[in-house]
Amino acid sequence: MSYGAWIMLTGSLVGVTCGIVGCFLILRKMAMLADAISHTVLLGIVLAYLVSHSLEGIYMLVGAGIIGLLTAFLVQVLHTSGVQSDAAIGVVFTSLFAFGVILLSAFAGKVHLDVNHALMGEITFIPWNTLTIGGMNLGPSAVWMLGSVLLINLILIFLFYKEIKISSFDPAMASAIGIPVMFIHYLLMSMVSITTVASFDSVGAILVVAMLIVPGATAYLLTDKLIVMLVISAAIGVIAAIGGYYAALIWNISISGSMASIAGLIFAVTFILSPKHGLMAKLIARRSIVAEQS
Amino acid sequence: MNPVKVSNVTVAYDRKPVLQEITFDMPEGKLIGVVGPNGAGKSTLIKAILGLIPTASGTVDIYGKPYKSQRKLVGYVPQRGSVDWDFPTNALDVVLMGRYGHIGWFRRPGKKDTAIALQALDKVGMKEYASRQISQLSGGQQQRVFLARALAQDATVYFMDEPFVGVDAATEKAIISLLNELKAQGKTVLVVHHDLQTVKEYFDWTLLLNKRKIALGPTEEVFTIDNLQKTYGGRLSFLDTQLDPSHVVQS
Repeated sequence: MSYGAWIMLTGSLVGVTCGIVGCFLILRKMAMLADAISHTVLLGIVLAYLVSHSLEGIYMLVGAGIIGLLTAFLVQVLHTSGVQSDAAIGVVFTSLFAFGVILLSAFAGKVHLDVNHALMGEITFIPWNTLTIGGMNLGPSAVWMLGSVLLINLILIFLFYKEIKISSFDPAMASAIGIPVMFIHYLLMSMVSITTVASFDSVGAILVVAMLIVPGATAYLLTDKLIVMLVISAAIGVIAAIGGYYAALIWNISISGSMASIAGLIFAVTFILSPKHGLMAKLIARRSIVAEQS
Repeated sequence: MNPVKVSNVTVAYDRKPVLQEITFDMPEGKLIGVVGPNGAGKSTLIKAILGLIPTASGTVDIYGKPYKSQRKLVGYVPQRGSVDWDFPTNALDVVLMGRYGHIGWFRRPGKKDTAIALQALDKVGMKEYASRQISQLSGGQQQRVFLARALAQDATVYFMDEPFVGVDAATEKAIISLLNELKAQGKTVLVVHHDLQTVKEYFDWTLLLNKRKIALGPTEEVFTIDNLQKTYGGRLSFLDTQLDPSHVVQS
């Protein structure tokens, strides 16, 4: 496969993986918690490296998973003991992220990551960092990592679909009928953590939030069915990735930046034109009500 | 055996007691209304019984066993405002959620569950709205969807939190006939209610609550000016206008 094709495949996998998990964040009004986790996993990655002395995907996933859960847990603890939830997120996320930055700068010589790379990602290097098993070149390791995470997420969503659905819509009812709402919460947060770390190398901590939130927020405006929302969100992720790659080629700009920008653009257009929830549709509906009354 | 036995239940938020030493037995096959002023702990009582909030002390038994082992016997109608009605789903899907407790892990609702859900929607007069997106339903219709979901739970004891709030006359009638049907089937229903005018008409038994249990018993015995005064405190003038039939404006 060509260099460009690998980048588009990587970007599309980021788009699909983030887009699907992102829908649940939108529905549970947890976009800010995702933002927090996407930053704190940096600490997980650095710690995983310091413990394992390796940048192998599996260590990164475990490290990020643990720190992601720790983030969600600390936010929950602070919130239940009376701190406002946005303040709780702000405190936990900045503290853990700062700790990650300190560790990274202290061991900068040993770790192949740097802060800039962690924040912004560098999808252009992805095709050269390949996975080789027994002398066989299997393609970029990022593709394998993203593929595995996507598969894990899909399996978990498939297995727990009805539990995730009811605990997102009506947590009180869910826990009354015996569904472990907190388990589902932490399950989703683990999915966000591993999704973030798999997307990290490609788009970085800041833009991964765009890929998590924007496609889901757009899909929310376009459909009234959860399953359709998941599909649309994933599709928007792919369109943003491929469109972003070509835009970056044409104007010679950052690939990850232009991917996130395309996603933002799709949202803006949808927000104005969506037939059901768009600005135009609402204006027209309002006009027709006024016209009927007069 | 009594369907619900609440013994010495105390609930506190931070250090403020919300419910204090609540003890009562719910009689089987009755419609029980719970009344009390705002902040009296009416919703909290339901949530404590269903284990949705931690209790500082006390126990709750459903047919002699802890709630956790009796979940399938209990149906719940939360306040309509407690969920986001913009959630991407339709009426039938919401009613199907009432079946989730019976279905178990890793399985999807089947044909039988769909049939039960449709039947429940039919009972509340909402069958033709089954595939309607829930945000497009009126407040009354949303409330009926919640009731249908509780019916789909196929329970023996029901807890309903303010089902009559903000509903139209048609929905109010639908709820009342549903309550009476449940009673005719020998089921026990506890309803948090806010409208004192209709208590005598709707409920066999009444629980008067203001952080503590003021009284529980057959409505004609406990729904007295004296008890209401104890429950609502100094707001007696307001009670006079509410209860004196000569002042009641029929809406």
